Amino acid sequence: MNAAMQQETFVDGISFWAQRLPGWEIAGAVLAGRADPPVVAGRRPSPELLPPAERRRAPDSVALAMEVAAGACAAAAVDPAGLASVFATTHADLAITDYLCETLVRAPLHTSPTRFHNSVHNAAAGYWCIATGCHAPYTTLSVHEYSFAAGLFETLLQVASDGRPVLYVAFDIEACGPLAPITVSHGLLGAGLVLSPVRTATSRARLSWSTRPGGGAQSTAARSANTELIGGNAMAACLPFYEALAAGGGPVTLALGPDLLLDVVLDSCAPAPP
Amino acid sequence: MTAERSVAGSRAPEHYSPGRMTPFSINAFTVTSALGCGLAAQLDMLVGRRSGLRANDFTEHELATWIGRVGGLETAPLPERFSEWDCRNNRLAWLALQQDGLLDAIARARARHGAGRIALLLGTSTSSIGATEEAYRRLTPDGQFPAALRRPIIHTAHSLGGFVQRALGLDGICATIATACSSSVKVFAQAARLMRCGLADAAVVGGVDTLCGSVLFGFNSLELVSTEPCRPFDVNRRGISIGEAGGFALLERDGAGPWLLGYGESSDAHHMSSPHPDGLGARLAIGDALARSGLAAADIGYINLHGTASARNDEVEARVIGDLFPATTHASSTKGWTGHALGAAGYLESAISLLAIQHGIAPGNLNTTTLDPACGPQIRLDNAPLARPVALSQSFGFGGSNCVLAFGTERPH
Repeated sequence: MNAAMQQETFVDGISFWAQRLPGWEIAGAVLAGRADPPVVAGRRPSPELLPPAERRRAPDSVALAMEVAAGACAAAAVDPAGLASVFATTHADLAITDYLCETLVRAPLHTSPTRFHNSVHNAAAGYWCIATGCHAPYTTLSVHEYSFAAGLFETLLQVASDGRPVLYVAFDIEACGPLAPITVSHGLLGAGLVLSPVRTATSRARLSWSTRPGGGAQSTAARSANTELIGGNAMAACLPFYEALAAGGGPVTLALGPDLLLDVVLDSCAPAPP
Repeated sequence: MTAERSVAGSRAPEHYSPGRMTPFSINAFTVTSALGCGLAAQLDMLVGRRSGLRANDFTEHELATWIGRVGGLETAPLPERFSEWDCRNNRLAWLALQQDGLLDAIARARARHGAGRIALLLGTSTSSIGATEEAYRRLTPDGQFPAALRRPIIHTAHSLGGFVQRALGLDGICATIATACSSSVKVFAQAARLMRCGLADAAVVGGVDTLCGSVLFGFNSLELVSTEPCRPFDVNRRGISIGEAGGFALLERDGAGPWLLGYGESSDAHHMSSPHPDGLGARLAIGDALARSGLAAADIGYINLHGTASARNDEVEARVIGDLFPATTHASSTKGWTGHALGAAGYLESAISLLAIQHGIAPGNLNTTTLDPACGPQIRLDNAPLARPVALSQSFGFGGSNCVLAFGTERPH
């Protein structure tokens, strides 16, 4: 698939959350090699967008996705209501999948209705829209090990196609129960972006992109020390992209499928004058 | 939100109003459901007003409900070369791919454009979670998955997209979309964006969702499952009948149609499993689909409604249709025939909408005897000749995800 370099896109908001890298301020410094990660890992984010009771009750997937979605919008100084979004998650809420499958064997008539409706792949996106009063559409997708790149691609496509800013959220959580050795994913990892078709007062980087045929061997590798910090999360493929953002720019190649690559070039840019 | 996260004074995106879009030709399509394999079987049952629903014979644990089950999947494993992908959902995908000359049409498109220029976008809600459920039923004494089911790719959402990509030998953009019951209509919108931006010359879109225990007992826990065949828009409706379906369509810029004229997508921002009380998200999606297609409400001949036969959906949807469309519009839910195929429902009902405009027949509702007083004159019990070959198909999902498509037999000027 040969595509000409697309029109420019701008990175207006960046967010990141992992237990050893809780927030983009810390994560950016650590990924760039400018700081050491915190010694004690955080448990899970506590998104202030949710009322206190729901903050405790929310599934990990929802808490994590809300945290990075809100973080990216805050960094971009953009109102989430009205902002279209793309959510990528390889496996959605693996803890709920384990619960549903286990309950089905043990006591199917006692399935929790709340856990059931929270089991849909788009639960985090749905809660995000409810919390922000957002009526703009969202898309939720999975492309297995290519999920981060595929979600980024869909976001770039929507920015190019519709000419409006789009929020991107990528996340995966920890697997548990008998599923854990099969569907391997450790810890919590969430990453967000707000991408804009024009340079704005919060633009941090200019992004150009294209796709080409090619196998995963050609994709950019993350620094091994950083890989260890989020070791084994199913969304770990997002790391090289965020390393480039932390480093102030650079080329990144991400595998978009078994024989398809997404080339991205990031250049730091000054925000547009007010 | 705290002060530092406050959005006050931040940039608000302007309200997005889509313009008219270039239509795309649907050069092949097929669907398989409880009504049978392929388009002729669907049409025959629709015209004859025969339902595909049957008493639940799927779950091991008893559940008094009716289901739309595709026969024969249990004894139809995938060919040996795809054995890693074998599971009920991918079997249905494979069965659906064999119908209506779809594989030949895709092969011709591949020859025209190249395998890397054809996107593959498939919707599902639960993908092959049925295989994960089976593994939990058959755990080894030390609590591990049985050896035959230690196949990571069937225990994740992209089981569907990954399998069909392999089966079709396509190298372009491929994604599995999972926005619950709107999944397999949103793929049409994505395909339109890809082709509009020149990132694909053709797209195979579709959806596959199969019966599984977690969905049957999950909807049961929400008290949404009917003990009788579902009766969309009936004043005495008692809930949904769950079904399964799979199907695919080939979209290109040029062709003889039928045409994808427009799409509209929105979010309810109201509740995870209950529609917005005024149908706000539905109205936004219908408005955007009409705007992109350049159509007025009066141009629409048939609307295939979401019409699940749940108390809330049908009441809200009936009011929306009554408010937005003239009495001459024929609207119905076909879930009395097929059941609610969840992540594949949007595609299944898009295919039924395409059959309706191609054959000039608008289905009514099935199993419904007395319409809810909330229904306007648009919602019909009986099948009828179709006045205008333009249709909408609407799908509303958990998480408040809405998508409406517009189809027509003629390319608009």
